Amino acid sequence: MKSLPEITDKVKKNLIWKSIFRRDYRNTVRDKAQAVFGNVFLHLHPVQVRESAVKLRFTWGMGGITFFAFILLVITGVVLMFYYHPSIDQAYTDIKDLEFQVPFGVILRNLHRWGAHFMVIVVMIHMFRVFMTGSYKAPRQFNWGIGVFLLVLTFLLSFTGYLTPWDQLGFWAITVGTNMGAATPLLGYQGPFSEYLHITPYNDIRFALLGGAQVGGNALLRSYIWHCVAIPLISIILMFVHFWRVRKDGGISKPQK
Amino acid sequence: MEPFIEIITQPDNIAIVIMIFMVSFFMVWAFQQAFQNDRLLAAGLPVEGENDKFVDTFKPLVRIELIIAVVVMVGLTVWSIAVDAPLEEIANPTITPNPAKAPWYFLGLQELLVYFDPWLAGVVLPSLIVVGLLAIPYIDINPKGNGYYTFSERKYAIMIFSFGFFVLWLLLIVIGVFFRGPGWLWYWPWQEWDHARVVFEPTKDLTAVIGIDSRSLPGFIIGAFLVGSYLVGGMIAPYRYWKKNNPELLAKLGMVRYVTIMFLFITMMSIPIKMVLRLVFLIKYIWITPWFNV
Repeated sequence: MKSLPEITDKVKKNLIWKSIFRRDYRNTVRDKAQAVFGNVFLHLHPVQVRESAVKLRFTWGMGGITFFAFILLVITGVVLMFYYHPSIDQAYTDIKDLEFQVPFGVILRNLHRWGAHFMVIVVMIHMFRVFMTGSYKAPRQFNWGIGVFLLVLTFLLSFTGYLTPWDQLGFWAITVGTNMGAATPLLGYQGPFSEYLHITPYNDIRFALLGGAQVGGNALLRSYIWHCVAIPLISIILMFVHFWRVRKDGGISKPQK
Repeated sequence: MEPFIEIITQPDNIAIVIMIFMVSFFMVWAFQQAFQNDRLLAAGLPVEGENDKFVDTFKPLVRIELIIAVVVMVGLTVWSIAVDAPLEEIANPTITPNPAKAPWYFLGLQELLVYFDPWLAGVVLPSLIVVGLLAIPYIDINPKGNGYYTFSERKYAIMIFSFGFFVLWLLLIVIGVFFRGPGWLWYWPWQEWDHARVVFEPTKDLTAVIGIDSRSLPGFIIGAFLVGSYLVGGMIAPYRYWKKNNPELLAKLGMVRYVTIMFLFITMMSIPIKMVLRLVFLIKYIWITPWFNV
């Protein structure tokens, strides 16, 4: 029997371990810094942060929690995509299959659904925190704007996901929601002034959203692609900018007087 | 009480109950820290975080992020084990549920449909919310309160934002989820939903109150005058007041900022005004035009 230090020594002093971690971690200033900027995931952070940034009372960790919820939703969402066809013949039965056939299908779907509600809640609280600490003030005005777009995209991500189970709840929620599009001034067939542009139910903004005059197969496909591909891509790009600008604008905001 | 318990324990509505608790908790925490900093400011002392030292990211920050991630994951897992996501009957265009509700975060906007026509409630006002949020950093020129909780240094900004966020956005969502039943009628928690219930509310247009048909030319002119004087008066009255009492503020704001701020504020305040007109005085429209009604 070998002792524990001997085993760790064996594990750490071989080519594979060294190729992954590159260097030993000693508790030195240099290694603490290296641990952050030498790691692709951790290098979002500066090497050192102000005390307030590690105290919960200032940021509540809300932005980070929102990002965590997003990652969770991407992971559960990708797994759900393996079991789902975006067609009105199969969508509903696929969700039923999740319930009765797929191992852990119920908890997978629950995590995605409650995670989505949770993300909408925490992103709103994040906005409230940033407002209350005046963190949108110079030099962070632009990043507040990116955040507003990310807030809207969060709503749209959740909204487009609503239709995917193809049940009564989603169908009518999307019907109610997209009917608002028909009321758009100039561009919706029920909106003011639209008659001057010869707008009908078959060429207005609602038609463009649904791919038809009613919620049907095209609307399901469109919401699926917006939900699984287009909006996540846009969100990820804006998140890059959002996090990058947090760093470039001086990190977590500090009292400026 | 039973129908109410049924409503709040509906799987999707549990999220709203969680939201109410979370938002209340963080609201209290934010204002508590703001008032605490206000006391420090009043005493001429540095606010929380002003004399911060630096600490290493690795490991204090990484550790706390990991702990939060684990706590959130555990919480969501427990939620997912305890409550199953609902799946209703398969979509059927021929059976309209009553009420047909939008997703919960849009129910504040759906509630606005009681007071405004769809082009305003569903398109113009939501767009203005986004525009208004985007504009905040550029119209709020108060340099104070940057990077710390405070109330005393930004009273008006915080009061206006809180009114919009807590009352016009979140309270209307809660009303839409818990207090609206069939026909979008108001139901108290102790009332049973009644699908046959019809409420006859003899709503009138504003000019009809003084005996003028709102669809006649005089009605059109009076309506236009009222809406116009609300917008123009709302612009001019504060301008006059500040010109007299605080001309430096106006000079600092400049015309473009002043007009943007007042336009957004006037539009926001039109929501509670129309709610009172509709709910208390049973007035539906102020101004009827051939193209749209306000």
